[in-house]
Amino acid sequence: MIQVPGMQVARLGRFTIDTITGWGSSWIFLVQVIKSIFSRPFRFRLFLEQLYSIGVNSVLVILLISVFTGAVLAVQAEFTLSKFGAVAFTGSAVALSLIRELGPVLTALMVIGRAGSACTAELGIMKITEQVDALRSMAVDPIKYLMVPRFLAALVSVPLLTAMSIAVGIWGGYIVGVGILGLSPGTFMTQIYSAVAPDDIFSGLIKAVVFGFIFGWVACYKGHTCGFGAIGVNRATTQAVVTASVAVLVVDYFLTSILTQFFMD
Amino acid sequence: MGIEVTGVSKSFGAQKVLDNLSLSIPDGKITAIVGPSGVGKSVLLKLILGIYEVDSGSISIFGEDMTIASSEEEKTSIRKNCGVLFQSAALLDSLTIYDNIAFPVREHLSLKEDQVYQKVWSIIEDLSLKKVANLMPQQVSLSVRKRVGMARAMILDPKVLLVDEPNTGLDPQHGQEVYDLIKSCQARCGFTGVVISHEIPEVFQVSDRVAMIFQGRIFAEGTPEEIIAHQDPYIKQFLKGSIHGPIRIH
Ligand SMILES: Nc1ncnc2c1ncn2[C@@H]1O[C@H](COP(=O)(O)OP(=O)(O)OP(=O)(O)O)[C@@H](O)[C@H]1O
Ligand SMILES: [Mg+2]
Repeated sequence: MIQVPGMQVARLGRFTIDTITGWGSSWIFLVQVIKSIFSRPFRFRLFLEQLYSIGVNSVLVILLISVFTGAVLAVQAEFTLSKFGAVAFTGSAVALSLIRELGPVLTALMVIGRAGSACTAELGIMKITEQVDALRSMAVDPIKYLMVPRFLAALVSVPLLTAMSIAVGIWGGYIVGVGILGLSPGTFMTQIYSAVAPDDIFSGLIKAVVFGFIFGWVACYKGHTCGFGAIGVNRATTQAVVTASVAVLVVDYFLTSILTQFFMD
Repeated sequence: MGIEVTGVSKSFGAQKVLDNLSLSIPDGKITAIVGPSGVGKSVLLKLILGIYEVDSGSISIFGEDMTIASSEEEKTSIRKNCGVLFQSAALLDSLTIYDNIAFPVREHLSLKEDQVYQKVWSIIEDLSLKKVANLMPQQVSLSVRKRVGMARAMILDPKVLLVDEPNTGLDPQHGQEVYDLIKSCQARCGFTGVVISHEIPEVFQVSDRVAMIFQGRIFAEGTPEEIIAHQDPYIKQFLKGSIHGPIRIH
């Protein structure tokens, strides 16, 4: 007996339509946000508040993970390089991994987990408790009042946190490499100076900016489109964290390929 | 004409809430909107504000179309003339009660902070909100939040005042205070008002007209006296609040 899979087909159709409309409306949302950035009134105070809540409040946790990331990198690099009798390159291995890859990615993932979920939940709750409607009824554009400050704060704070994370990570690597593994401090540092080129720093910075952009976009969009009730907020928050994290890792691959190509010449 | 609602229908999914509803809200008068729970009164208010979009029909405020045709910018400029109280009060929970009331003033008037203070404080006194002015909205009860919402709706002397159950849950004194504020503000700036309420007949003291919504449309309309004297069994049952009659409460 052949079963007509009508339900499955209908479900697939619905899923496809939802995915495409969701994708489209997220782009429309992004365009609205970007347009609103450049139109008056500029809400500098709200931007500072968000910078504080997204950026400053993430400093401690970023410091913590960065020290240990740097430390573990030093241990791993020393272990691997010792097989080739090249432990002298430990410093540069730690620095390059952090600057080109781990600094931007780990910072972005950590900030998404800590501040992105909070940001989406806050926007979602404002939506389901009619605060967003109230703003509109008072002739205040919620995109400008709520989204733009958060989006800009994400865009600014992720690169700054990344820079901090890299610096602290190298320090963590130094402590372990020099203090525990007994590498020479002079070699550790000179290797970093000679191996790290401006291009490396530049490509790390570009990544950080792009990740901040993804974070702001996804977190704001998910809050903006949050569904009803506690379940709606729950779903929006989870989706924001998952979508943004996956997007960061996928985009990271492509960005790395492109940037490597670009800076080869 | 103040607000003109013409043949408006609105459904949520399969549920038809408003069905070809037409209503004229006269300029400079206060119209009370009454009707059983869940009949779509709050939905009508959001349709008037352009927060929900109509499925069909049109709504205009002072001749300016508020329905789909208008852009968000046009809606915004119309909303600048409106003071609104939502049923849930919808205060911004990141601001204190004082800042909530001051919010529209800071947004739309460029006043110095001491002028803002004077303006806000006078309405805080009218509504006996002094004690709570520095608290956050989450720290006070719903009935206090509603009065704060009332203050926020009226602080700019709007041309149109739309309030959803301004005194549900208020004790009689505070309820009267809200009505007195509506009356004095109306006398001062002559707004066009829509008051959604279940407080019958108390709400009639501030209303020039009454419209009753039932089964998705305007079921009866007239002056409070006409509505009270109405012989229709549905209206009589509704006003009496009786469970016996043609209106079925499931
Ligand atoms: N955003 C929405 N999505 C889906 N359904 C909705 C939405 N808003 C309102 N409704 C539905 O519309 C109907 C009318 O709701 P509304 O809040 O307007 O009633 P009401 O007349 O204000 O009742 P009450 O007197 O209890 O406040 C309800 O059945 C409600 O479920
Ligand atoms: Mg209601």
